Amino acid sequence: MSKLTISVRKFDAVIVGAGGAGLRAAIQLSEAGLKTAVLSKVFPTRSHTVAAQGGVSASLGNSEEDHWHWHMYDTVKGSDWLGDQDAIEFMCRKAPEAVVELEHFGMPFDRTDEGKIYQRPFGGHMSNFGEKPVRRACAAADRTGHAMLHALYQRNVRANTQFFVEWMALDLIRDADGQVLGVIALEMETGEIVAFHAKATIFATGGAGRIYYSSTNAFINTGDGLGMAARAGIALEDMEFWQFHPTGVAGAGVLITEGVRGEGGILRNSDNERFMERYAPNAKDLASRDVVSRAMVTEINEGRGCGPAKDFVLLDITHLDPATIMKRLPGIREISIQFAGIDPIKAPIPVVPTCHYQMGGIPTNFHGQVVNPDGSTVTGFYAAGECACASVHGANRLGTNSLLDLLVFGKSSGDSVVEAVKAGPNALKELPADFADYTLARLNRLNTQKGGASVNETRLELQRTMQKHCGVFRFKDMLVEGVSKICDIEKAVHLTEIGDKSATWNTARVEALELDNLIEVAKSTMVSAEARKESRGAHVRDDAPDTAANPNGRDDELWLKHTLWHREGNKLSYKPVQLKPLSVETIALKTRAY
Amino acid sequence: MSSPTMQFKIYRYDPDKDNAPYMQDISIEIDPTIDRKLLDVLTKLKAKDDSLSYRRSCREGICGSDAMNINGKNGLACLTEISELKQPVVLRPLPGLPVIRDLIVDMTQFFKQYHSVKPYLINDSPPPDRERLQTPEDREELNGLYECILCACCSTSCPSFWWNPDKFVGPAGLLNAYRFIADTRDEATNARLDDLEDPYRLFRCHTIMNCVEVCPKNLNPTQAIGKIKEMMVRRAI
Ligand SMILES: Cc1cc2nc3c(=O)[nH]c(=O)nc-3n(C[C@H](O)[C@H](O)[C@H](O)COP(=O)(O)OP(=O)(O)OC[C@H]3O[C@@H](n4cnc5c(N)ncnc54)[C@H](O)[C@@H]3O)c2cc1C
Ligand code: SF4
Ligand code: SF4
Ligand code: FES
Repeated sequence: MSKLTISVRKFDAVIVGAGGAGLRAAIQLSEAGLKTAVLSKVFPTRSHTVAAQGGVSASLGNSEEDHWHWHMYDTVKGSDWLGDQDAIEFMCRKAPEAVVELEHFGMPFDRTDEGKIYQRPFGGHMSNFGEKPVRRACAAADRTGHAMLHALYQRNVRANTQFFVEWMALDLIRDADGQVLGVIALEMETGEIVAFHAKATIFATGGAGRIYYSSTNAFINTGDGLGMAARAGIALEDMEFWQFHPTGVAGAGVLITEGVRGEGGILRNSDNERFMERYAPNAKDLASRDVVSRAMVTEINEGRGCGPAKDFVLLDITHLDPATIMKRLPGIREISIQFAGIDPIKAPIPVVPTCHYQMGGIPTNFHGQVVNPDGSTVTGFYAAGECACASVHGANRLGTNSLLDLLVFGKSSGDSVVEAVKAGPNALKELPADFADYTLARLNRLNTQKGGASVNETRLELQRTMQKHCGVFRFKDMLVEGVSKICDIEKAVHLTEIGDKSATWNTARVEALELDNLIEVAKSTMVSAEARKESRGAHVRDDAPDTAANPNGRDDELWLKHTLWHREGNKLSYKPVQLKPLSVETIALKTRAY
Repeated sequence: MSSPTMQFKIYRYDPDKDNAPYMQDISIEIDPTIDRKLLDVLTKLKAKDDSLSYRRSCREGICGSDAMNINGKNGLACLTEISELKQPVVLRPLPGLPVIRDLIVDMTQFFKQYHSVKPYLINDSPPPDRERLQTPEDREELNGLYECILCACCSTSCPSFWWNPDKFVGPAGLLNAYRFIADTRDEATNARLDDLEDPYRLFRCHTIMNCVEVCPKNLNPTQAIGKIKEMMVRRAI
């Protein structure tokens, strides 16, 4: 990168991210005839939605009676009442239509004998307001995300969507009025820096699981959207809530879907005991994810782990018919053989809770519009998918609700943009004179840094710190120490040095720029977690134990509220949870038990 | 056998500073308890020399990013067990496509061919309120097809694709063409067959089977190509 110049390209709308959420939004924009640019760090079908396995939820009732209202109840309960009930009602009501639409796009769902979409049981999915498990997860074998992402990409090919593949967005362009006017991006192949000037910008940049050392997330899941938003002055919501999936392959982190337990898989400790019967007598192995993860860690901590170091438990499907495994879980079998060296038809799979999903993110309403702390919307800015917080997942997401979130809010954000662009002025609002200065200064700093920190080592330290100080169980002192450690790491992040200075496909530069985003996510997580002095959903701390006054350590009086982390000044503020749904009655606060 | 150090010969080329590509000899210490896949070792190599360039993302064989030529055979780095590799391990970019840098090739031609088969469901009848029905047996026809991850291992091992990348659709594109032909919900079978009935687009395949041998998802493009040919014959009579 010899000289830093910047050219400007103009669009009606720019979408950053071509995973499930970005592609679903893109369909709306392309089919409405908007001039749209879709940017992605990787070819669209390589986005991490491709790795989703188990299914997408919708109360289709194809195998037994189901209702969107039951789905809504499970989602609110799963969220430990931190989810916004208007957004949750919106999502659960739209689910059947969203999934059917996907089928019409060509998604190769598995089928029931009647030829309908196949549905399997999943953690936390119950009928009749929490009574007994129900089949709600619509699946294509254990490759649902792959099938879905390809179907959405294919629909975009048909709609002639314009993609900018292997382009990395670096910063948001926001003017003095707070309006968002597009992004500045780097073309990886050439090193060229381009401003995408647009009337509307949708972020669909996915998760940031790479802030943890052990994660089911891809290398590219570095929270770029969150970093860009935070740097542009957008507060991040509920960042303390991270889901640890119960069943990552021990050592490798690769995911084993909950669908395995949906098909009859059982968790066992070193005594060969089905220990979930003790923790969740009703739902057992299909209790909500935070509940199962904590049970597993408790088993391991109390010495009932398996293996030489007693540091994992076993996921057993040896009692299932091999034909069922081959038909419904072929990808899982491949993964076990590849990453655990075990054929699950013959022996159980070693698993540990692994960082999986970010419940928090860029605050939005259910129209996909980004909202300010005071509830007003940020003009020109939208977000959907894992990077956004609508908030439908609250303190803990139900399995299969994320793929649904992508479909529903990808579409609604797209519709909002179409409406806004059609109703708005024809001309683009002018870019501020200094729109590129900040980004160019960041790039310049990186190009000229001498005697700085290694990107790789700094990232590792960040990941180890998050893992140790902000994991499945959280401890007051560790959190306090974690905050100061992350602030130290932040200093190193701002002084990273790369050896590679080439303009062409410079992955060292990309990784350094990704680290700038990881640190914002890590810091917001640690600071928000330290401050929330209760246990709720995936956030469980030692000094907020289960008591008669506060069952499960949840304190609704003080903490039934969303956290907002402000980068400027590293400060927190709070906003109320929307307890009022759109049309039905509030699902009243209750102690969460499975 | 795994050993504490591993020898590599890696294709290097940075157009910004190299006049020509060269093979770099590198040896690296490995920890057999953590470094199990080739991608683990590449990550380690990159930590030492951040200029080493390759694509990667999912590290579990599902995104299709890290296809490369490993000891003469195309494969995914993240699924390649290092203990099974003969040393020195020779790594090259996928053959037949222009190299951008090191192990990164320009995939434009590959995707152009994929797009040329209209890889999307065509069904212009008004959709029903609910899902279109499909029997489990009809759905089964898509197995072995829809799982393609577009890694290009197959097409870049196919001699016919090397010689005619602009005219021959190649195994990946043809497998995906058949994915839609085989889908009972798709209404464009005839148009799809017409499009492929061409001396180049389909008929450059000489059943050399290289594609089948390298597919990391164990898919069988040759069989899909055979089925398309069969359908052409059947509809001619
Ligand atoms: C292993 C695994 C299994 C899962 N299984 C399920 C399941 O069965 N059911 C379920 O509901 N959920 C599941 N989830 C969760 C779900 O898959 C994800 O939350 C969801 O796919 C995220 O989709 P997305 O569109 O928000 O982001 P992604 O699919 O991650 O896409 C992000 C996109 O943003 C782009 N991007 C990011 N940063 C930039 C940048 N700076 N510039 C340009 N582009 C950028 C990327 O290139 C990519 O295209 C699973 C998750 C994992 C990790
Ligand atoms: S079988 Fe056909 S497509 Fe496959 S490698 Fe041979 S010529 Fe290419
Ligand atoms: S058919 Fe196999 S080798 Fe070819 S692109 Fe698809 S997954 Fe890769
Ligand atoms: S990194 Fe995704 S296939 Fe290997």
